[in-house]
Amino acid sequence: MPAVPAQDRVNDFAIKIATVNGTGSASANSLLMKAIFRSGIPVMGKNYFPSNIQGLPTWYEIRVSRDGHVARSGRVDIMVAMNAETYGKDVREVAAGGYLIYDSTWPRPALFAREDVTVLGVPLAQLCNENFHGVRTRILMKNICYAGVLAALLDLDPARLRDLLAETYAKKPQLVDSNMKAIQLGYDYAKAHFACPLPLHCRPMDKTAGHILIDGNTATGLGAMFAGATVAAWYPITPSTSVMDAFKSFCEKWRVDPATGRKSFAFIQAEDELAAIGMVLGASWNGARSFTATSGPGISLMNEFLGLAYYAEIPAVIFDVQRVGPSTGMPTRTQQCDLLLCAYASHGDTKHVCLYPANPEECFHFAVAAFDLAERLQTPVMVLSDLDIGMNDWMCREIKWDDGWQADRGKVLPLAEIVKLEKFHRFLDKDEDGIPYRTLPGVHPKAAYFTRGSGHNQFGAYTEDATEYQIVVDRLVRKFHTARSFVPRPVIEMAAGRTDVGIVAAGSSDGAVREALAVLAGMGVSANYLRVRAFPFNDEVDRFLDSHRLVFVVEQNRDAQLRSLLTLETPVDKSKLRSLLHYSGLPISSSFIIEGVLAEVAPKPLRSVGPAHGA
Amino acid sequence: MTFIPKPKVRNPSLPRNDLGLTRRDYEGALSTLCAGCGHDSITAALTEAIWGESLEPQNLVKLSGIGCSSKTTAYFVSGGHGFNSVHGRMPSIAMGANAANRNLHYIGVSGDGDTLSIGLGQFCHAIRRNLNMLYVIENNGVYGLTKGQFSASADIGSKAKKGDVNRQPPIDPVLLAMNLGASFIARSFSGDKAQLVPLLQAGLRHRGFALIDVISPCVTFNDHEGSTKSYAYTREHYEPVVNADFVPLQREIVADYAPGETLPIVMHDGSRIVLHKVARDYDPTDRVAASAYIQARLKEGEFLTGLLYVDPTQKEFHELNDTPDVPLNSLAPEVLSPGSRGLERILARYR
Repeated sequence: MPAVPAQDRVNDFAIKIATVNGTGSASANSLLMKAIFRSGIPVMGKNYFPSNIQGLPTWYEIRVSRDGHVARSGRVDIMVAMNAETYGKDVREVAAGGYLIYDSTWPRPALFAREDVTVLGVPLAQLCNENFHGVRTRILMKNICYAGVLAALLDLDPARLRDLLAETYAKKPQLVDSNMKAIQLGYDYAKAHFACPLPLHCRPMDKTAGHILIDGNTATGLGAMFAGATVAAWYPITPSTSVMDAFKSFCEKWRVDPATGRKSFAFIQAEDELAAIGMVLGASWNGARSFTATSGPGISLMNEFLGLAYYAEIPAVIFDVQRVGPSTGMPTRTQQCDLLLCAYASHGDTKHVCLYPANPEECFHFAVAAFDLAERLQTPVMVLSDLDIGMNDWMCREIKWDDGWQADRGKVLPLAEIVKLEKFHRFLDKDEDGIPYRTLPGVHPKAAYFTRGSGHNQFGAYTEDATEYQIVVDRLVRKFHTARSFVPRPVIEMAAGRTDVGIVAAGSSDGAVREALAVLAGMGVSANYLRVRAFPFNDEVDRFLDSHRLVFVVEQNRDAQLRSLLTLETPVDKSKLRSLLHYSGLPISSSFIIEGVLAEVAPKPLRSVGPAHGA
Repeated sequence: MTFIPKPKVRNPSLPRNDLGLTRRDYEGALSTLCAGCGHDSITAALTEAIWGESLEPQNLVKLSGIGCSSKTTAYFVSGGHGFNSVHGRMPSIAMGANAANRNLHYIGVSGDGDTLSIGLGQFCHAIRRNLNMLYVIENNGVYGLTKGQFSASADIGSKAKKGDVNRQPPIDPVLLAMNLGASFIARSFSGDKAQLVPLLQAGLRHRGFALIDVISPCVTFNDHEGSTKSYAYTREHYEPVVNADFVPLQREIVADYAPGETLPIVMHDGSRIVLHKVARDYDPTDRVAASAYIQARLKEGEFLTGLLYVDPTQKEFHELNDTPDVPLNSLAPEVLSPGSRGLERILARYR
């Protein structure tokens, strides 16, 4: 990216904090992020952490963006280097004109010899050793101390930090004082030794009103509670576990009868993912809203049951918080690498409804939609977020709930209808939409049927007859076609001027694409944007692909899975689809997309500012 | 299999249960198993037990995995929902279904391959959760549908039809369940309906995981000389140690039992199982002693049958979970969602 003069960088820069995991740095980082958010300044935070509990390198990136960009920019302006093990790598990463803060208790002038970076040494360990007792406390306070240094350098109000600490430690007020003491130590040292604030600093704005800072997994768990889910079964796996933690803690607050202590939910830790999805199927089959949360390895294990659910037409909701594969891969890094796995999970001819939320707000609403779709369509619905959305705090619009909402329980025959029937047949396509009627156990003997994953005819009986078999699987195709009109439509944003270049992306690539579009527009390159939000794709996706000469498909996996799905499931001429593939495990950055587009589309000299008219 | 369907004509003299239903009302589809299959006898015993217990057909959920045994859930109580799931995974389906509606009766029918090989993990964990269901293993020591491979319950030295001799030790579901802390453990034989029916009834009434391992010879692949799961071998080596009479709440105990040989067990709903101890020194309420006794007799080639262990006081899944009496699938929407005002309060900490 072109260098930008420092004086224009107020509320527009990125900080990266390099620490060792298990040393309390997470509290310091979220404290800083929230303080910036509370100052009305749009902010993004991303945690790059190891698959480990203590002792390995971890980084936290905070991007302050007055324009509201929520993706990584791809540059680092201020590095807080707290981990001697990664000093070399960290110092190289700072952009020219940037700053590096480190613990100068042990001076390292040779290591940080970069003429284009300002090095600010703060004797953090020394300050904390002089002011705190105990090894563990000193380590923890050292990390809180750098938050104080940054507060001074960035011009954040210490009173705001104290307020936040008071909220965080409402039940342990003594921690407020000790943490504040550490912050003050850092703050005072920076004020005394450096020219505060830096040219890159924060100035209060009013651009966060109506917004919240929340992670996608919490929003997903919340959505599941609002959707009326009562049976949650799962096997712990990073990065999805916090979906279940969130659901459980919300339910323990809102779903426990205060008089009796009875819980209006069942929360079952399964022995493995095979059992988890089995429990979800059993519960959904029996009329409860039920879900599981997992990640790629779990989906691999669930394949067998997903095929059963598809063929026996059982609703199920599966949240797949994607992480880096293949195999165990990198469990704490992000990718969008389960798109194909989920779309066609299990042996035989199967296709599954998938939703692709792009941020926590959508995680909430798609969680609710997933339960409605699963019951409406009597099939598994998979919601594919990823580690970036799921585990990082995102600034998003405040989630709203419509009290008029009613769950769509789909075509479940009530007793009054059952008694009127001569005989109940499970798989007849009475409404010609591919969706049959189902019944629940315990209602009436006439409604009983036999659920099976073996060959069955449209009446629900076992069959090995060629024609009878095909009638059922052909209807399933019709049902999947019906799904096209029920799933969330894509979000399309047309460029100000006419263009025949398009960008297609899904999920967490959204923020980076939007920023890239804005930057590219400023360089005279305009593109229309379609964000796919569901599989099966509906007509709007077909039309968008058809109406552009060149379409960049931006995704976070190596094998162009979204592009593959588009070529398989739409009539698009695949030669016009260009992949921009980001699969390092870090969230995609806007600069990656900008560079990729510029490699194919030459920027035009800007003749006029504002929307172009005609060609 | 029987190729002649029974006529649908009702015989007015057929006995009726408390719901006024006859045994015919509890039948299912025609069995497609081999003629003489032990599984069909178990199906008949199940039909008898369910009829005898006067269960509403629609309140019965029949679950199974894959295999010959798993087909049988289609052969009884066609008025109850059936779920023939995937191989070895029936316990998880049962767990979810039971979580959704605690008020129905759940009967799982599985085989030795389905339970002890591919499904061993799920079987163990259903026991750990004390999932409230009757779990019947139709145990024949052999894979029938794939034509005669040994299963994990085949005994050392048992001979396959084609001559192979099994060298690996068997997994005994009874001993396994004892170790895992199951609350109701029984063993029986498909050829002993008099013993099996009351056990099934007691299992249906037991609140928690009721395991009944039923030796059920495979007439096609495991009924030859040298097999330890043949009819002949089973008749020779099984030994009833505790017989059970199941006494529903409404009925009086009329029989006279000799003291010291009988042990009445009161179930959670007030009904009773009266155990007749054939072996005086066997105590079916002492897990450690019972386990040792069973193992000692197994060593001598005898397998004990009857209600081998019972503890009606162990808490089942819903009691441990504190779920309400109203099934989770029937809760009112307002119980489930905090609404827009609740959401505002929830989101306060994220602002």
